[in-house]
Amino acid sequence: MGEKYDVIVLGAGPAGLTAGIYLSRARVKTLIIDSGTAGGQMVMSYNVANYPGVETTSGWNISQTMLRQAKAFGCRVMTQSPVTGMNLYGEDKWVEVEDEGKFHAHAVITATGGVPRELGMESEQRFMGTGISYCATCDGDFFTDKEIVAIGGGNSALEEAVGLTKYASKVTIVHEFNEFQAQPWIVEEARKNEKIHFLMAQDIIEFTGKDHLEEVIVASKETGERTVIPAEGCFIFIGYVPNTAVFKGILEMNERGELIADRQMNTSVPGVFAAGDLREKRFRQITTSVADGTIAALSAIDYLQQRADSSPV
Amino acid sequence: MLRTNLKHTDTDADYKDVIENNENVMICCGRMGPMCLPVYDIMENLEEKYPNVVFRDMDFDGPAGYNIRSLPECRRFNGLPFTIYYKNGKVVAATTSIQNKKQITTILDREFS
Repeated sequence: MGEKYDVIVLGAGPAGLTAGIYLSRARVKTLIIDSGTAGGQMVMSYNVANYPGVETTSGWNISQTMLRQAKAFGCRVMTQSPVTGMNLYGEDKWVEVEDEGKFHAHAVITATGGVPRELGMESEQRFMGTGISYCATCDGDFFTDKEIVAIGGGNSALEEAVGLTKYASKVTIVHEFNEFQAQPWIVEEARKNEKIHFLMAQDIIEFTGKDHLEEVIVASKETGERTVIPAEGCFIFIGYVPNTAVFKGILEMNERGELIADRQMNTSVPGVFAAGDLREKRFRQITTSVADGTIAALSAIDYLQQRADSSPV
Repeated sequence: MLRTNLKHTDTDADYKDVIENNENVMICCGRMGPMCLPVYDIMENLEEKYPNVVFRDMDFDGPAGYNIRSLPECRRFNGLPFTIYYKNGKVVAATTSIQNKKQITTILDREFS
């Protein structure tokens, strides 16, 4: 029998850490498990300017503060701890962690967030770090005075493309549709920028080069005509996918793989809650994840209380 | 200035000392960015599991950073962090951009076991 907790939280992003803070402060014995780094996607944001009550700071700073708060209330946080198995049904739920064994709990909060969507091409992996990047702020300065490509058509893609013009001599935005999904103001800003060029309704065919990226090959969705774009860098911003593969067949999810949860964050399995970017919802912000984490924690506390009340004396 | 729990390699003398006086060394050279932070975190987690390896970080823009930026193995790298593995002072592996725990332990097991 492994170590017992009242609640296990899967994921240490803003939703998971918030749940940990609320649970631990309520003296609920809580374990947070994350296969990666505490903070989740929040650490991808260099500047967070719209988190109420906090002046502009980095996502990493906010995550470190949340982590300290959770630990200060007695929450145990395990990072870099891949989950190798789980049972979310019944009274004795358990989660198995690589090299650590099984941890048991009466309730589980799923808050595994999302991961950046990749194109899924072999050549994308081959040039990662030698031309392909998912972080303009991290790697933009490697491409000073060079021609680069930015793939995507949402807010992130266009904002990052505009930001990359600080370094690059030319930025070609390649998008799969004829229209951008980004908000009009950022589309206008990109269109006004003389360094930015556009290739719309294109499929990405291949990334080529010897020991580093040299060309991005695309093809028109309408005519099939191929275009070879000389580029030493390519930044990919095509959104996120929910990190829910481990829950497939266990928890109800939609066709996009997002978990279905009600307003109290109950999933399809009693005693299992969902919080943050992994669940079906329209808006994904740090603030909405924090709200989800709060509700999931309070719902889990209710669940534990009801369970205790119904137990024979 | 890196804010990690790893020991830092801040100067040329630190760098020389760590690679010349230790058999197995892993240095992650980066910034406090989203691609670098997970690698530092993994290294912190692995320090106990790999007592035979010396784990260090280095500020990419700091005074010692050029030691790694100028390595031939990093010539084509353009994704942070640059992570270098040394055996008896010689580079035996080098990676660019974010790496996961499995990728890192594969190199540690292959080169330092």
